[in-house]
Order: sequence, then structure tokens, then C-alpha cells
Amino acid sequence: MGEPIIYAKNLTKKFGAFTAVDAISFEIGKGEIFGFLGANGAGKTTAMKMLIGLWKPTSGEATVAGFDVYREAEKIKRNIGYMSQRFSLYEDLTVVENIQFYAGIYGLSNQQIKTKTIELIEKLGLTEVKDARIQSQPLGWKQKLAFSVAILHDPKIVFLDEPTGGVDPITRRQFWDLIYEASHHGITVFVTTHYMDEAEYCDRISMMVNGRIEALNDPATLKKQFGVATMHEVFVKMARPASL
Amino acid sequence: MSNLAVSTVQLVKTYGDLKALKEINLEVNEGELFGLIGPDGAGKTSLIRILATLLLPDGGSAQVLGHEVVKDYKVIRNKMGYMPGKFSLYQDLTVLENLQLFASIYETTVEENYHLIEDIYSQIEPFKDRRAGQLSGGMKQKLALSCAMIHQPEILFLDEPTTGVDPVSRNEFWEMLKKLKQKGITIIVSTPYMDEANLCDRVALIQDGNIMSIDTPQAVVSTFPVPLYAIKSSNKYLLLQGLRDYPHTASVLAFGEFLHYTDKRGELPELELLQYLKERNHSELEISQIEAGIEDCFMAFMEKEN
Repeated sequence: MGEPIIYAKNLTKKFGAFTAVDAISFEIGKGEIFGFLGANGAGKTTAMKMLIGLWKPTSGEATVAGFDVYREAEKIKRNIGYMSQRFSLYEDLTVVENIQFYAGIYGLSNQQIKTKTIELIEKLGLTEVKDARIQSQPLGWKQKLAFSVAILHDPKIVFLDEPTGGVDPITRRQFWDLIYEASHHGITVFVTTHYMDEAEYCDRISMMVNGRIEALNDPATLKKQFGVATMHEVFVKMARPASL
Repeated sequence: MSNLAVSTVQLVKTYGDLKALKEINLEVNEGELFGLIGPDGAGKTSLIRILATLLLPDGGSAQVLGHEVVKDYKVIRNKMGYMPGKFSLYQDLTVLENLQLFASIYETTVEENYHLIEDIYSQIEPFKDRRAGQLSGGMKQKLALSCAMIHQPEILFLDEPTTGVDPVSRNEFWEMLKKLKQKGITIIVSTPYMDEANLCDRVALIQDGNIMSIDTPQAVVSTFPVPLYAIKSSNKYLLLQGLRDYPHTASVLAFGEFLHYTDKRGELPELELLQYLKERNHSELEISQIEAGIEDCFMAFMEKEN
């Protein structure tokens, strides 16, 4: 693996006496689909917020897309993509307006914005609804559009925080097609999910328990290591809930 | 046949142009653990809110425990417990204060009905003086369930109690529901997680305001119309694309480490497909015929409806 897209060494975040993220270390390569798993409260969100440049770590080191999380947080924000179930698109803007808004934020030129807008609308089959407001549209395709918008500026890495929660099973799979395609084009994908079948789609998985990464490997090796047939069983065996 | 805890006839709910529920007919027996299975936007919350007398239907009728949801809403409210999808307790009251508040609204006390909630509440009792807003997700869920149970309801409506909850906590929650069911309480629970269907006595699969199927989970999966195959190789993404180009493919969908495949011809000549894939440089191939699961069926129903 060449230059890692994410590099973390002993990355730690404390809140007072409580250690939310406890010296986690890993490297993630170009185009890799990296599943970031753990029980509620295990520290996933805190770790992710440090990696996307929102929170300063307490100690340890990390770079994302080549930028340092302490000194270059603003550069990180400009060079990554991010989407979550809660924050994705502006509901009272239309499809086209959302694309143009994000493209503008990411600093694309007017010409690029024009081309990207047309490309995206065709690719996702949204020609008929391009001037409809987002709020009137089904969740599933909102999420597909949100993902495409999050990688509009061709970032090296995209962070997905439970992107498919509540999405119907067919759309969920179409969403993963988009993830595979992005990965195929060299974009690194960092994803959290509570669907264990989706964990199987990842190249490698890390399991967080009480702030620490307790396992990190590809799904097949993890299943073998725990002597079980599915990632669901791996999860249940490992992730004793951090709290009640 | 036992009595009906819930029955609806051509129940309709619309929001402007959007038909959230399209003539829903549903019967739930007393004492049943009944699952409403479907993605966001399917109509699960609208249905639960109508049954819980919190939302007026736009057509059709619904009865809960033999009472009309519109006319007799006050009677129903005394006999039901409701846990909304979003945590809705008082964040700045303590755990115990929340519970006492709910008990007093229903003119009972925590002591009187403690036995009903003991299994669940005892797990959060050590934190009874903590403000509800300070609890972890799993603890909030247990408190919400305790509050919904404190007046000894005959029926419980739980709206997506496990959404966004990790697999371990989800298992624990379903264990709690099983215990409540043993007390004879009817439970109607909605979930977007298809695998949870197997934990229900019966389920309704909901999509776009329609019930696509109502039956026991075993009966639902037995209706899967064609042979189903699980296929894997060393590279799932390339295999998915390869199978999409295979002329006999009826459907191919990712399922964990496997792809689930159906063939236009019904039976799949496995050797022929193996040969086809090998010629296209797929390696470490495995094919086996498998039983369909709820999610396979859900997607098959979705395809049929479209």
C-alpha cells in the first residue's frame, strides 16, 4: 500500500477523566473500503470527529489525506467528503440547487459545476425531478444523491456515518454499488454501519470496544479468528456493550 | 381463534399529495408479538400513531382492544403503552422522576406496578438519580420502555425501538420484549431491520403505504417463488458485475459475503455458470442453493409491486 490516506498513531481523546478514544492506531490505503464498527458509546463518533478535523485530539498523531489533524484541520475539511444519515442535503433546495451549492462550497469552477451537475443528474436518473425540492423525495435516493454530492470534488477519502440507516433493502444495495464504484476509482471509503451484512462488504474492519480498537482485519480473517460464520457473530462476541 | 387486539379496515392516511397509508387491512391477535417491517417512509409510524390515537386517519377505520381509535381514544389511552421513535422523556428530570411522573399521570405508583417493570428497570435503577438527558442510548431505551409499561397496559406500541442501535443492544432489547410477551401483553413493534422479523410471531412487510405480506416469518419465507442461490468469489464487486452481464440472470443482490442469485430459467445449471465465470477470470468460486430469508422476500415483493 502506497502513502496511507489515513494514518493514526496512538490517537487519543479525553473528556476530563473519561477517555473516549484510547490510543488507536491504523493506516488506511487508497481506494480501501474501511468499516469502522463498534457498539453505541464505544467511541466511533469521537474518533471520526478527530479525523474529519472537527475536534482536536488530546494526544497521539494522525494525518488525513496528507494533512495533520492538529495544524491543518481546515485543509482536511476541504479535501474530504462527508455524509451522515442526519446531515446530508438541504431539504428546501431542489436537486440541482443542492448539487450547485455543494460544488460551490468545494470551490469548483462554474464550468466544472455545470458539467458535474449534468453528469450526476444523468447518472442517478434524476432528470425528471431535477427541479423538485429534496424534502418531497424518498429517503433512499436522497442518500444516493447525498453520497454523490459528497464526492463531487473528487476527494481522496469520503467519511460515511451510518449512511444507510432505515433505507429499504434494494436502495441499500444500490448505495453500496456507488461505494464500490467510488472505491474502484481510487476514493478511500471510511464507513460506519449497524448492518452487519454491510460489514462483510468492507475490505477491512476495525472493531472498537470502550475506546480501543480491539480487532482490525479483513472480514474473512476476523470470522476465522473467532470461529464464526458471520460478522454479526463476530460483533456480538466482541462488542460487550460499553455501558448499559 | 383468540380475540383481536387490533383490527383495521381500509385505513388511509394522506399528507397532501402523499399517500402514507393505502387502504391498510390488518388484524393482530391478543398476546401476539407483531412486527411492522419496512424501511423509512413505508408508513410504519403513521400506522402506529393512528393506532395509538395520536393521529387521525383520513379514511377507513381502526379498532384497538375493541375500541374505535377516533371515538374512544380516551379508553384506548388508558390501556396502551407507547414508545415513540424519538426519545421523548423529560431530559431534565431524573430517571426516577420520569417514572413517577408517568405513574402519577395514570393514577398509579411505581411501587404498585414495580413487578411489571422489574426485569428492565432494575438494570437502570443504580442510576435512578441521574437526569434522563445524561443516559446512554441503551439506558434511555430501557427507561422509555419502563415508562410505557408502568400503568400495566394491555397493548404496547413501540415505534422503531432498535433503530440506530448496535447489534448487541438490539439482541438485549428483543430479549426484554420476549419477557413482556410472556406476561400476556400484545406488542406491536416496528423496525427497518429485516433480520428482526424472525423474532416476531407474525409480521407485516410494509413498503410505500402498502402491506405486501402478513404472515408468520416462516410462512413468509416459504412463499419465495423460485430457487435461490448463494454465490461467492475472490472479488465480490467484479462478480456482481459479471453476473449482471450473464444472460440468464433474473436477479443478483449482495448479501454479506455472498451474492444471492435467481435464474430466469428457474433451476440454475451450476456447472454451466461456473464455466462461464471461470472463462471470465473469476476465481475461488462457490455456488450453493439456499433457503430465502425475510430480506430476499421483501425485495422480491418490492420488485413485484413495481
